Amino acid sequence: MAVISLIINGKKRTINTDPQMPLLWAVRDVVGLKGTKFGCGMAQCGACTVHLNGKPIRSCITPVSSVANKKITTIEGVGSETRLHPVQQAWIEEQVPQCGYCQSGQIMSAVALLKTNPDPTDAEIDQAMSGNICRCGTYNRVRKAIHRASDLLKETALTTK
Amino acid sequence: MKPQSSSSMNRRAFLKAGSLTVSSLVIGVNSAEAGTGLVNLSEQMAGKALVSLEVSPLVILENTGKIILMAHKPEIGQGTFQSMPLIVAEELEVSLDQVEIRQAMADKKFGNMGVGGSYSVRGEWANLRKAGAAAREMLTQAAAKTWNVPVDECYAKDGKIFHKPSGKSLPYGALTEIAKTIDVPKEPKLKDAKDFRLVGKPSKRPDIPAKVTGRAKFGIDAEVPGMLYASVERAPVMQATVKSFDDTATRKMPGVRHVLKAERKMYKNTFQGVAVLADSYWAALQGRRALKIDWDNGPHAAFNSTDITTRFKELAKTDGHVDTSKGNFDEAFAGAARKLEAEYELPFAAHAPMEPQNCLASVKGDTVEIWTSTQLPDDVQKETAKYLAIPPENVTVHVMFVGGGFGRRLFLDQVMEAVYLSKQVGRPVKVVWTREDDMAGGPFRPATYSLLRAGFDAANTPVAFQHKVVAPSINDTQFGSKDPAKRQDDGAMEGLKEAPYEIPNLTYNNIFADVPVPMGWWRAVYSATTCFAHESFVDEMAHAVGQDPLAFRLNLIGKNVRMKNLLRFLRDQSGWEKPLPAGWGKGVAFWQFFAGQAGHVVYVSKTDKGVKIEKIIAAVDCGTAVNPDNVRSQIEGGTVMGLTAALKSALTFDEGRARQTNFHDYQMLRLNETPPIEVHILPSSESPIGVGEPGLPPAAPALANAVFAATGKRIRKLPFDINDLG
Repeated sequence: MAVISLIINGKKRTINTDPQMPLLWAVRDVVGLKGTKFGCGMAQCGACTVHLNGKPIRSCITPVSSVANKKITTIEGVGSETRLHPVQQAWIEEQVPQCGYCQSGQIMSAVALLKTNPDPTDAEIDQAMSGNICRCGTYNRVRKAIHRASDLLKETALTTK
Repeated sequence: MKPQSSSSMNRRAFLKAGSLTVSSLVIGVNSAEAGTGLVNLSEQMAGKALVSLEVSPLVILENTGKIILMAHKPEIGQGTFQSMPLIVAEELEVSLDQVEIRQAMADKKFGNMGVGGSYSVRGEWANLRKAGAAAREMLTQAAAKTWNVPVDECYAKDGKIFHKPSGKSLPYGALTEIAKTIDVPKEPKLKDAKDFRLVGKPSKRPDIPAKVTGRAKFGIDAEVPGMLYASVERAPVMQATVKSFDDTATRKMPGVRHVLKAERKMYKNTFQGVAVLADSYWAALQGRRALKIDWDNGPHAAFNSTDITTRFKELAKTDGHVDTSKGNFDEAFAGAARKLEAEYELPFAAHAPMEPQNCLASVKGDTVEIWTSTQLPDDVQKETAKYLAIPPENVTVHVMFVGGGFGRRLFLDQVMEAVYLSKQVGRPVKVVWTREDDMAGGPFRPATYSLLRAGFDAANTPVAFQHKVVAPSINDTQFGSKDPAKRQDDGAMEGLKEAPYEIPNLTYNNIFADVPVPMGWWRAVYSATTCFAHESFVDEMAHAVGQDPLAFRLNLIGKNVRMKNLLRFLRDQSGWEKPLPAGWGKGVAFWQFFAGQAGHVVYVSKTDKGVKIEKIIAAVDCGTAVNPDNVRSQIEGGTVMGLTAALKSALTFDEGRARQTNFHDYQMLRLNETPPIEVHILPSSESPIGVGEPGLPPAAPALANAVFAATGKRIRKLPFDINDLG
């Protein structure tokens, strides 16, 4: 067991845990943020995607000790229902989720993509999103929603100029 | 996914659909953290007692102005969390943002709470409309009474009752107390379809905001104070038993509290395992990995897919049970001027919902509380009661959002396992399956093997047709068969019976294959495999006589006008008759079965060694489309699941176990592999029918038929490599 400090969604959380415990279970079961989901445990499905310093990682294979004192963002830190991130807004407008279980991970991958590439092509969306499985088959809506989020981000940029 | 026709047990489950229950009791409702309705709580009620009118278990009106519509079906992604309340709201003359939708807990007053067989909307349509209309009529009468005016001068609109001559109005909340004194009408007048404001128009699902913010609570998210996490090492071979185990290393690990033999009851079968219970899931998993178990692998240790295929092929030479027979196939086939014969092989499959199986159970004396992702909340209640020999009302079932069902969660084994463990240790226990547990544990979609024959007369008209289906029985592996001579599953004939082609001499054979592995209802059940064989072979027939495959089908359809219309609609929407670019091919398939009816046209273009899917056009006849946008979602999803089964992994067995264990070797179609899918809904004012499953069966044969059209290569076995046709 080890005492580890995590910076999750801007808040410092100190936990006493097995340093080998994957970040996924630390976030879900120790810190109590349930939005990040368990899908495969071997970085195959992307349901557990969170951001480490703004970049998407698979939390199911990331030992919690390896991210001590680093900035972690989970779906709860992206936006809330009263303050939606443009990606979440686009997800609602395109009615992307069905069961919804993989969608936290899908959104985390999309937010990271748009941060580095605000206007991605279809090929770039393919590249960024092929690590996220959706068994309900919402892929075409995910693609549409990313394009829409890109438009929403541009509109936001215009109005804040 | 549980077809109406499969067994007496299933039939019972579907016939129990609750009728409108009359009651005015105030009930303890549960928000289960899933309710997301926007509440219009006018606080003018301060100091006044709460009056609540339960028009039916699904409709509760409060004098605060709050309107509560119960979502009594689990939300597995199919949209019932919206579609059910929306149908009530239509008749009640309110919009969905004026109501609070609450997820119901298991309770017999809700009747059939199960979701399967694409049945929810079609099964509840009349009942939901009646519930909403009854409430509307009671409120209208209450207003007439209040104003002392004739009731036919009053009408409902937008959460208020209006008096037409004077224009005055009262909100529903102000009428609740008087409405409570009025009898619930048994046959309220339903609205005309032309007056629908909500039904038939695309609308936003209320569960989606919670699903994009991480706030939606699934079974796996449930927790209670003092609970232990469990991970269970499961029998590597189906039906293996635990001879002994050594938990010395496990017990030394931090956080591990209990190690014990586990049992998991799935209908007639009970499976064994060794459970590690710990303070955290990670600790339980680590403890599990340190176990040393000596298994008795039992009689099925040598079970493997190669032998199965050989056996299926042999069985295809037999006649099995003749399910349907018209004219004289043998004679007509023998005398046919032209003959065609082909065999098709379809694999086992795993459901692989994104949320692995899980359940939190807390057994305290003779009561139990359960939190789980299930398709059958009322069966969870009843089966748990039976399992523990306690009354059903002692079993509380919290219905959580479900991270994918596809039929897997029509099985209650994950619940029974958690209940067993909680009872043994006297604490709440949350069992979380690994992906490997989920993938390799079954129950599986049955593999099927088809032999088809067709005979044509000298004018190239089909005169003889036979489809032999070799299939394991879902019902036999789950419930056993009373009559050992009748072990075949009638479900294996679903869709074949509905096939609209009229050929004078026709035989369908249902050939039972005994497989020692639990089988389950998978999305579209047997149609997920048999449609591929049937609709590919009909395509072979068309090509054999040099006819356009779509026109050939149209010519064969007799009295099934609805399917004829669907095929014509698909032809027109897909641009079937337009010329194709060089190197392209097109394929069509369509299917009608217990869940509903849909069809696909797939366009492909030739690549180096394979084909690329250019686009897919799907058409569905679902009767009235309650939420057309959600109908499209369901057909898109069914199409993707059909393509996944056609192009990605088979589930195979070797040495008595499933060889595929996670998404690296049991692969899913991914975003970069998904072609554009257009969905067209046939305009209809008929009562709604299913949409969850019909989008699946025709996708694969339409694709394979397109592959043939483009390349001349006929696909008779799934999955196949789209990039290398060999």
